[in-house]
Amino acid sequence: MSDPLTYVYAITPAPGPDLPGVSGVDGATVRLVSSGALAAVVSTVAEESFDETALRTRLEQMDTLESLARAHHTVIDAAGAREVVLPLRLATVYRGDQRVLDLLDRGHDRFRDALERLTDRREWGVKVYTDPSTALAAERPAGPSDPGPGAERSAAPSSSRPVGERPVRTSTAGAAGGSSPGKDYLRRRRQEQRSAEEVRRATAEFAGRVDAELCTLAADVRHYRAQNPQLSGAQGENVLNAAYLIPEDRTEAFTAAVRALNGSVPGTRVELTGPWAPYSFTLPDPEPA
Amino acid sequence: MTRTLDGEPVRYGDGEPLLSREIALVDLLDRLLAGGVVLTGDITLAIADVDLVHINLRALITSVRPDTPSPWEGT
Repeated sequence: MSDPLTYVYAITPAPGPDLPGVSGVDGATVRLVSSGALAAVVSTVAEESFDETALRTRLEQMDTLESLARAHHTVIDAAGAREVVLPLRLATVYRGDQRVLDLLDRGHDRFRDALERLTDRREWGVKVYTDPSTALAAERPAGPSDPGPGAERSAAPSSSRPVGERPVRTSTAGAAGGSSPGKDYLRRRRQEQRSAEEVRRATAEFAGRVDAELCTLAADVRHYRAQNPQLSGAQGENVLNAAYLIPEDRTEAFTAAVRALNGSVPGTRVELTGPWAPYSFTLPDPEPA
Repeated sequence: MTRTLDGEPVRYGDGEPLLSREIALVDLLDRLLAGGVVLTGDITLAIADVDLVHINLRALITSVRPDTPSPWEGT
């Protein structure tokens, strides 16, 4: 039977925040170990639950990934509410406390500098979405892009065709021009696709404007991949998924700016999350080899 | 779960901290799998597994919800 493992959530200035009543991964007790000016927020965990094989399995299954992620976050969130924290990547595990103390000593200056940079700053998440239904409804009456009868021959670029859609056969009734339920349907479809394209362009422009404006208030910014709507369950398409590092004395200005941007352009939606521990702003500091 | 700015129940700007709310798992995973200090722990899981996880998530989603067939199909 080997020694138990030490799971590390975050690094803070010593002695670190007391976290009564907060439990960690697998319900483990959360405690502090410190060396010099730094402390690490840790839990003792069972090797069989956190060795390579076990971790891989846990990270690859949604339910176990979720419980691990939520427990990791709960501890960091609680610590971050009391003290500046440097969150560690999910599932950072050492063979015992001594190895963690070595880590604190080895990385002392880098960790101290990073904590200093993050002091009195909070991370906020901002996402911009299109809301296709609203956008189309708003655009329909104006109809600037109505191609009129017969224009359906100018086929849209094939790249705009949804995946899996077969090329349209127009030979059926043999009639060129004129109207039929089928043609009307096709025309409507193309119009919808075109205005969807316009909405996308306008939204991308808006997303750029949101980002630029919020950056003027931020100490730092990080852009994430747009979220898959099937994963997030969110309505509309996610066109901006960013994190901003905001000095605490600009919190009011920042949230007010986000509120003003939300709803300022029909067919778009701006969502705010936070404040978060500064997960997105711990770089650049890959551990020197 | 939605945190629209003009919607209830989320209010801020009045000093109310936005803690203790249910956090969307996707927002959390963005940060936990791509953020945080990356250290070489003693248990090293080549956590370039970020993409691995995402691929698995995609597989999960597509197996549960197949793409809606195109309106041209089956006509």
